[in-house]
Amino acid sequence: MSHATLSPKRSSLRGATLPKWFAWAVAAGSLVLGYGISAAAGLHSDIQWALIAAILFVVGSYAVSAKVEGARQAKDRTATSLVWVAFILAVIPLASLIWETVKRGVKVLDGYFLTHSMGVVADSEPGGGIYHAILGTLEQVGLATLISVPIGVLTAIYLVEYGRGKLAKAVTFFVDVMTGIPSIVAGLFILSLWVLILKMGPSGFAGSMALSILMIPVVVRSTEEMLKLVPNELREASLALGVPKWRTILKVVLPTSLGGITTGVMLAIARITGETAPVLLLVWVTNFINTNPFQDPQASLPMYIYLQYANSGGSGAAYDRAWAAALTLIAFIMILNLVARGIARWKAPKTGR
Amino acid sequence: MAKRIDVSGLNAYYGSFLAIEDISMTVEPRSVTAFIGPSGCGKSTFLRTLNRMHEVTPGGRVDGKVMLDEENLYGPGIDPVAVRREVGMVFQRPNPFPTMSVYDNVAAGLRLNGKYKKSELDDVVEKSLRGANLWNEVKDRLNKPGSGLSGGQQQRLCIARAIAVEPNVLLMDEPCSALDPISTLAIEDLIGELKERFTIVIVTHNMQQAARVSDRTAFFNLAAVGQPGKLIELDDTERIFSNPSVQATEDYISGRFG
Repeated sequence: MSHATLSPKRSSLRGATLPKWFAWAVAAGSLVLGYGISAAAGLHSDIQWALIAAILFVVGSYAVSAKVEGARQAKDRTATSLVWVAFILAVIPLASLIWETVKRGVKVLDGYFLTHSMGVVADSEPGGGIYHAILGTLEQVGLATLISVPIGVLTAIYLVEYGRGKLAKAVTFFVDVMTGIPSIVAGLFILSLWVLILKMGPSGFAGSMALSILMIPVVVRSTEEMLKLVPNELREASLALGVPKWRTILKVVLPTSLGGITTGVMLAIARITGETAPVLLLVWVTNFINTNPFQDPQASLPMYIYLQYANSGGSGAAYDRAWAAALTLIAFIMILNLVARGIARWKAPKTGR
Repeated sequence: MAKRIDVSGLNAYYGSFLAIEDISMTVEPRSVTAFIGPSGCGKSTFLRTLNRMHEVTPGGRVDGKVMLDEENLYGPGIDPVAVRREVGMVFQRPNPFPTMSVYDNVAAGLRLNGKYKKSELDDVVEKSLRGANLWNEVKDRLNKPGSGLSGGQQQRLCIARAIAVEPNVLLMDEPCSALDPISTLAIEDLIGELKERFTIVIVTHNMQQAARVSDRTAFFNLAAVGQPGKLIELDDTERIFSNPSVQATEDYISGRFG
């Protein structure tokens, strides 16, 4: 007789719930309390009182909720708060990084800065720009992309569409190993091959080869995942029409996964654009515009940032230029990501009626 | 157009596993032959051996003979790609190419094979869509994505795509199992029309459907799970459903199975 135990006023399906503002109230309360405790204890770091407040929030909302709503809802609230705390912890560095970079970077960032090289401007003088560095980075990354994308995409096609047995397993293994290669090691490899054995001088192209070592595994991995997402039914439908396998891959499988592949390539480009170590070893640096990536040292944004910062020696001009170049680099990578998202959306299989 | 299929002593394997054993049968041209039988008895596998799609599955291989009129599909020097142009296939789940419009889906077979004249393409697309009873529903949205159609329309789109390359034989692997009764009826009517032009083989789990659409019915069965599937009997549909010559067939049809 279970229904006899129900009181007429409260249904078993309805429990006590805390109002919606409860979470905000606890958050505000724990912020105030956390600040108060740290002030009273004489703690000076922002991190300390924020941590105290976060712990108070999690513990406090659990305690109140357990009392009023019951243990299950209390656990639910704790899990939710932990997720939020993790999210905030992850976002704070990102937001503060962007904030700092924008704040310090906009000082000298203007049209002149983007269209002029350093030339004979001394590190301590104001003026000069990053045109030579932007050009170098674009050429090096562009060449690296030209090398990596065909190799990476074709490798992924082999692994997904053709690869069976030992060779495919070996390729997968080596791609995994390549993913973990530190960028300085990739740089040293090209250095020993290109500069020490083949006796070639530093050039943008040497840097591109090292960058492509870093880029290829990323492209292979992401393309592989995207190709695996293409339903087998589509391949069979195409094969059953009497379409050869290579045309099926070219005209059905690749177009279906093009959005995802493009996103993967863009993310790989974003990853290598900020690499400094291979550039340091293989491309060196120059203050002048060098449009030829196959001969003589070239500038690049990461190296420019490092050198301006290292040589600033207390002078404001080089320091500001370093931050402005950093802002340019971040903006460039962000634009690439946005383009990737745009392409992914544009190329995604359409479902509209 | 339509051709006779003559199968003799056909075994199909997945790796070392023998999936169907020693199948011999004749499929008459311009008729509908239905395959019925319990799940896992090898109907679909057998169907896929008829256009060499079985070997697309990793580890899939076949021995035996499949004669399409005078030519052995498994003979030396036979190109599986050419076989699949002769023997078309419609799958269980509608699978239009998601990146292509309705028009491009129907034209896909010709375009991807690279031999067509631009002026002919419009005619082929219209003819195929009319043939699949879909023209009136999609003629105003030929450039819309094929995946925007309803499930039944998508399946008829797939049939249009299959008949656009003018095969001799059309294989259908449970073409209605993902569809509602009305779309199923539309497809069954369509099968009745298509058999004037093509040899049709259809796998179905729905015995009423087999009884409605087919001229001849083949019953497949397997002794136990892990044992190869076998052809039990092939006869006129009417006879199979009224007075089959094997007891197992009668048990299966009347639901007294296992």
